[in-house]
Amino acid sequence: MDPSRLPAFLLRRVIKAAIVILAIIVCNFFLIHAAPGDPASVMAGQSGAADERYLAQLRTQFGLDKPLLEQLWIYVRGMLALDLGYSHRQQMGVAALIWQRLPPTLLLTGASFALAIAGGVTLGALAARRVGTWADSAITVVALTFYATPIFWVGLMLVLLFSVLLGWLPSFGMTSVGAGFEGWAAVRDVGQHLILPAVTLGLFYVAVYARLTRATMLEVADQDFVKTARAKGVPEGRILRRHVLRNALLPVITLAGIQAGQLIGGSILVETVFAWPGIGRLAFEALLARDYPVLLGVFFCTSAMVVIFNLFTDLLYAMVDPRVEVQG
Amino acid sequence: MKEFWIRFARNRGAVVGLVVLVLVAALAVLAPVLFPGSPWDMAGAPFMPPGEMGMLLGSDSLGRDVASGIAHGARISLMVGAVSTVAALGIGVSLGAIAGYAGGWVDDALMRFTEFFQTIPSFILAVLLVAIFSPSITSIVCAIAIVSWPPVARVVRAEFLSLRGREFVQAAECLGKSRIAIMVGDILPNALSSIVVLASLMVASAILLESALSFLGLGDPNLMTWGFLIGSGRSVIRLAWWMSVFPGVAIFLTVLALNLVGEGLSDALNPRLARGRA
Repeated sequence: MDPSRLPAFLLRRVIKAAIVILAIIVCNFFLIHAAPGDPASVMAGQSGAADERYLAQLRTQFGLDKPLLEQLWIYVRGMLALDLGYSHRQQMGVAALIWQRLPPTLLLTGASFALAIAGGVTLGALAARRVGTWADSAITVVALTFYATPIFWVGLMLVLLFSVLLGWLPSFGMTSVGAGFEGWAAVRDVGQHLILPAVTLGLFYVAVYARLTRATMLEVADQDFVKTARAKGVPEGRILRRHVLRNALLPVITLAGIQAGQLIGGSILVETVFAWPGIGRLAFEALLARDYPVLLGVFFCTSAMVVIFNLFTDLLYAMVDPRVEVQG
Repeated sequence: MKEFWIRFARNRGAVVGLVVLVLVAALAVLAPVLFPGSPWDMAGAPFMPPGEMGMLLGSDSLGRDVASGIAHGARISLMVGAVSTVAALGIGVSLGAIAGYAGGWVDDALMRFTEFFQTIPSFILAVLLVAIFSPSITSIVCAIAIVSWPPVARVVRAEFLSLRGREFVQAAECLGKSRIAIMVGDILPNALSSIVVLASLMVASAILLESALSFLGLGDPNLMTWGFLIGSGRSVIRLAWWMSVFPGVAIFLTVLALNLVGEGLSDALNPRLARGRA
């Protein structure tokens, strides 16, 4: 893209992202009000059992006796100031709770994402290179299998195999309890705990990216510039890497951006299976306790993360591919 | 119709998928005959491995028969999959049809709305919806429908957009037919084949979504489901692997079968595409 048009492009994307975030806040507000029962008890997170004085305080704070539009304004203002409410059960602000649980989730999703891209593109490229052979069919079958398997069940089966039967890897938590490792030993410890959850979350996307890479590589391989390269006598490996794979990667980046939300959603299930102390586990605990402020906060924060991630991929895409239109 | 079956049968995977699906449906229908009584009742000693005490797939921590749970769970899974897909199709087809046929700012606004639902983490929204409206079969079906309509709206919109300018639509407009009559009577039948293919894949993902919700403890408390069985086996996996393995196999087979049938339908309904792929 012409660099002089980048600021305008960026501005338009930022405005769009802001509108989406605002819409999520409004969505949260209406969910609180659509819930059966008193909105104050939803915000307290303890339907029917909450302290009367606390409920009264919530009612004045959110102006629950005022008209709905005014309440919406109070709520939106609070959320924009990053006041995500208070978890009565955990005796802690929701924003602080989520902030505290964010690093493990970022570590988990980041690791699975890297695994999915690396594994998926490699397998897809292999399948495209050996199209029609047994290796190609095997990769297709593996992809179909992971499409059809519930992610939490994959996690349990990996625990069964690698922790219960073989005893190779830990199945629980992020660090060994009471081991008190320091320095590299601690990093190694976390790494060992990370393997199973990251593989569980990544496997499905390995399948997705492998299928997509295979399809786009076959498409690109038919195009004229590849024939030209071959006619010039460029070695086959170089054609694959420089001419085919590079062009085939663009749709993969696009899909990765679109699926960021799914990846975070999947991390709720994976963190629940492996007791990984991240946002997903927090959501599960909040779910068991029906701690609605935390659930709403998790929904808001993960949505905002996806929006920011999409903004980032849009920008990356526009810088990598000069053909991308500035409109939109 | 005969031609359709010939093309469908040419895809071997699709035929296998159809057979598996028929078997699962039969299991669901025959569950009360094969396993009389409630799947929640104790049938033997707890933690019996498969094959012991006449329980083919073992028993759980309360002595309930896992096989009976799977058979009764098949009813719920298939039902939730089908009903929520119909509901999602209702939302998606109407919005997509309006957007594609009306065009202009209506199309723009509806597509922004669809995009919004595609951006937000749909699983977390489904969890939130079921938790807030308290878990029941109705809230689960609604939540699944609410998070799974956007792809339908996109596909239907694209079809309507391309069909809108065709001559048979212009002819219908000249005849003075109302817009709704044209949309439902003339354009929709032509878009049906892609909707059918999409629907089979949606049933599969709805079943996966339902199992994930009940795994998290958000299932209808009165109904036995596959996800609930796996969830209750999670904490005792070192003791009783069969509790979580077999229900997962049931989900896997059903979803795989639906995906295969979807591919077969796509081959049979869009023969040009199938030839291009092979």
